[in-house]
Amino acid sequence: MTAPLLDSSLAAPSRSWLTPGNALPAGLIAILALIPVYAAVTGDTFAMTLFTRVLILALGATSLNLIMGYGGMVSFGHAAYLGIGGYAVGILAKEGIGSGFVQWPAAIAASAIYALVVGALSLRTRGVYFIMITLAFAQMIYYVAIGLDRYGGDDGLTIYKRSTFGGLIDLNNKALFYYLCFALLMASIYLTARLINSRFGLTIRGARSNDRRMRAIGFPTFRYRLVCFAIAGALCGLAGALLANHTNFISPALMHWTRSGDLIVMVVLGGLGSLFGPLVGAATFLLLEEGLSRITQYPDLILGPVLLLVAIYVNGGIEGLIEGRWRG
Amino acid sequence: MLRIGLLAATALALAAGPATAQDKTVKIGFISTFSGPTAAIGNDMKNSFELGLDHVGRKLGGLPVEVIYEDDTQKPEVGVQKTQKLIESDHVDFVVGYIWSNVLLASLKPLVDSKTMTVVTNAGASQLAGELCSPYVFSTSWNNDQTPEAMGLYMNQKGIKKAFLIGPNYAAGRDMLAGLKLTYKGEVIGEEYTRWPDQLDFSAELSKARAANPDAIYVFYPGGAGVQFITQYVQAGLKGQIPLYQVFTIDELSLPRLKDLAVGIPGAQEWVNDLPNETNKKFVADYIAKYNKRPSFYGAQTYDAVGLIDSAVTAVKGDLTQKEAMRKEMEKADFKSVRGPFKFGNNHIPIQNFYLQDVVKQGDDYVLKTVATIVKDDQDRFHDKCPMK
Amino acid sequence: MLYFIEQCLNGVQLGMLLFLLAAGLTLVFGIMDLVNLAHGSLYMLGAYFAATFAVLTGSFVLAIVLALIASLVVGMVLEVVAIRRLYERSHLDQVLGTFGLLLFFDEAVRLIWGPAGMTLALPPEMLTAIQLIPGVYYPIYRLVIILVALAVAALLYFMVMRTRLGMLIRAGASNREMVGALGINIKLLYTLVFGLGAALAGFAGVMQAPILTVQIGMGENILILAFVVIIIGGIGSIRGAFVAAVFVGLVDNLGRAFLPDILHRILSTNAAATLGPALSSMSIYMVMAAILVFRPEGLFPAASR
Repeated sequence: MTAPLLDSSLAAPSRSWLTPGNALPAGLIAILALIPVYAAVTGDTFAMTLFTRVLILALGATSLNLIMGYGGMVSFGHAAYLGIGGYAVGILAKEGIGSGFVQWPAAIAASAIYALVVGALSLRTRGVYFIMITLAFAQMIYYVAIGLDRYGGDDGLTIYKRSTFGGLIDLNNKALFYYLCFALLMASIYLTARLINSRFGLTIRGARSNDRRMRAIGFPTFRYRLVCFAIAGALCGLAGALLANHTNFISPALMHWTRSGDLIVMVVLGGLGSLFGPLVGAATFLLLEEGLSRITQYPDLILGPVLLLVAIYVNGGIEGLIEGRWRG
Repeated sequence: MLRIGLLAATALALAAGPATAQDKTVKIGFISTFSGPTAAIGNDMKNSFELGLDHVGRKLGGLPVEVIYEDDTQKPEVGVQKTQKLIESDHVDFVVGYIWSNVLLASLKPLVDSKTMTVVTNAGASQLAGELCSPYVFSTSWNNDQTPEAMGLYMNQKGIKKAFLIGPNYAAGRDMLAGLKLTYKGEVIGEEYTRWPDQLDFSAELSKARAANPDAIYVFYPGGAGVQFITQYVQAGLKGQIPLYQVFTIDELSLPRLKDLAVGIPGAQEWVNDLPNETNKKFVADYIAKYNKRPSFYGAQTYDAVGLIDSAVTAVKGDLTQKEAMRKEMEKADFKSVRGPFKFGNNHIPIQNFYLQDVVKQGDDYVLKTVATIVKDDQDRFHDKCPMK
Repeated sequence: MLYFIEQCLNGVQLGMLLFLLAAGLTLVFGIMDLVNLAHGSLYMLGAYFAATFAVLTGSFVLAIVLALIASLVVGMVLEVVAIRRLYERSHLDQVLGTFGLLLFFDEAVRLIWGPAGMTLALPPEMLTAIQLIPGVYYPIYRLVIILVALAVAALLYFMVMRTRLGMLIRAGASNREMVGALGINIKLLYTLVFGLGAALAGFAGVMQAPILTVQIGMGENILILAFVVIIIGGIGSIRGAFVAAVFVGLVDNLGRAFLPDILHRILSTNAAATLGPALSSMSIYMVMAAILVFRPEGLFPAASR
């Protein structure tokens, strides 16, 4: 049950870039970088819309992976931050504040604050209780959004103008917006990589392995995990702001617990605790959803069992993936 | 390994995707609700639309038609997604449908931004009649206020002094209750809004109504919720104690399920099965023949969309890029409608009559009969707020 | 005052339904340590079965009985085919796997029964209200739900406390490994427990069907409430589930009924109408969060691990 103090998952990851494990994410990133070119050539704007969504949700999944994959904190309420970020943009837009320089920091800050509150109260619990309490906090904010009569409540809120950045970048240009999301996603993955390999990150990962021992050594793990939780919330809030701009619409449904379930699925599908896993998982999940619905009238008849099989069989269980192989 | 396989499979599936080069057809995207208790409405609309297309020989303005049906599952966020898919992925020429005001309001921006010609065949959100009106959007139904205003006039005629209002808490629900108060001269002693769409248990509201002891209860619950409400109203023992006046709660779809429960409960509408014009007689007769049941007003409004679009495409001789010309033609409302001749207001909302309907038992059958005309050539109150001339 | 009594009765009625749903969930969670997100699907299937059998047989009572049996069978088959492979997995894997099952069942129901949903008509005798005490009218059918659920609760209590099977269940809830070590056929026990949970869930679906309609996804919203109930009541404890269910039912119902009026004094009517139910829904989660912070094992925890 107890892992040795220096188990393989805590070792510094390999520095060489082109390993077989990296081929898939590398290929995916290359394809993603070229999507706007493809769209310009073929006139298929829908592809750009679909892949923008992939990028944004991959950002959300990356933030969840930070706490779930590396920190071992299974949050079933992560979609709440998509909503908080989105509503920050929506509410400010409705009140006449259209500048992204105000909206986006507000989205990030609001999410970080909510994450701090939720984390402070939840991180004392473990296991399924942690799952349930994060779910509870997400449901609470979901109902708050439904109660926001002025901002549409259950009907949602149309955002008529995307965030403006004083002429620096026009978000209405689909290709520009796409590359912005792409850049932000790559930046967060880079940020995650730096974080987990820093002393901060090693503490988090150590705490996931064996919290008591870490505390015994002298690390105030609660504080570290709380900060990690807040960072993840903030990142996801940014994803929410992007999503609100992308769809020009925000509604409480974005925060429903099944959306949090979707995020978890994306992270697990891609491989818990791997840097590019969330991107792979988000792409797989969303493309599967889209692709299946074109082939059949009943896509979930296939998607459902796929998820079940992944849960039962993948890599000898998800734990095996964390404990054993390490993919940077 | 599994993951690579999944990715490859999805990429393949996606490649089978977007529209290939099209011959000249009229592509219509149809958004309605086809799941859950209100699916009956969506099916009625679809049936009526199909019947309308049959009646024009499956050609609009001489061009063959392709219809893509999408299900909004009664949710605004799904509705806007499907709308965007129809516009961006399927490149439709017209969008038709929208039952629910909240779904319509969520979907409006993509439609207007993309300048897609839209015919709304039910949702009557006041914003659409007012500040959000658009040259590209037409309605073959009404504004949410109009029907309840008509009912209010009728309730005055019946001498109702104290009324208790119950409705669902979403855009249309609020409009329906507000609309009544515009014309109703009595006292509103209670106003209850219920959670929509998942609250189908009205025991709390019915108890409050009973406790308040009004002269009448006024209610709006479309679709399956209407069946639930009427059933619970009777279950609570209120029928016979406190009379009920309704809009959109009892229609040809819910009547077969309600049967005796609905007899004697009056309602207001801009179209009833037995309106005496030729187009309507043909519509109703052919509908019954083809589908073995009666059409509802949802269907009637959707049937009219076919005529409206046909007139537009014919006017531009199939050149669907001529949106200005199509708009001008549609504004004339120059087609045969099942409600008889009518005009469009400046906001593209119909100016039309409203009738009183009652539920009558004819042998084994339960039907809605036109009893009287409540108001003629009624125009909605919001047309001033619309900047179009 | 009379209105308050009626609302309390509604709250108890909702609580009874939540109990039926939560009892199965807490047993499965307590004994097999399985988080089952597909429990709501079993609730949905029960309702669909009842509606279908009602149409086929024409008898309301027969439909209920058949639906119960069908739910039991589906539950046991599901356990053997899919669920038992998840026992060894972490809760996260179970969440993922049962989430997949949830999606699958929603789609399967759409395939078999179509997207429109069904209705289950009550026999005409149940279509009236009776006067319980002067001035308080209550629909007969809702009274039936309360009484029947109470009877089921009593039966369940009897079974768990007084029979051998019940003893095994209680033992399994407090110490699974020991029961296995004692040579009991754990696999069969698990299948039976899961089947029982499925039958209870299906029964809840059947009872609720005439009041709400039978539709796809009807389990999703109530499932979360059921989880809240078992967390508050304590995982593995049927007694806890009962107390928590009635509590949650009352809070939800009284909140929905009275909060809008209270808020009405400060806000506009429809703001109060939206905020009221939202607040009462929130309050349930706030209570659960509070309990988890101070008493993470719930009110009546069964497990002593």
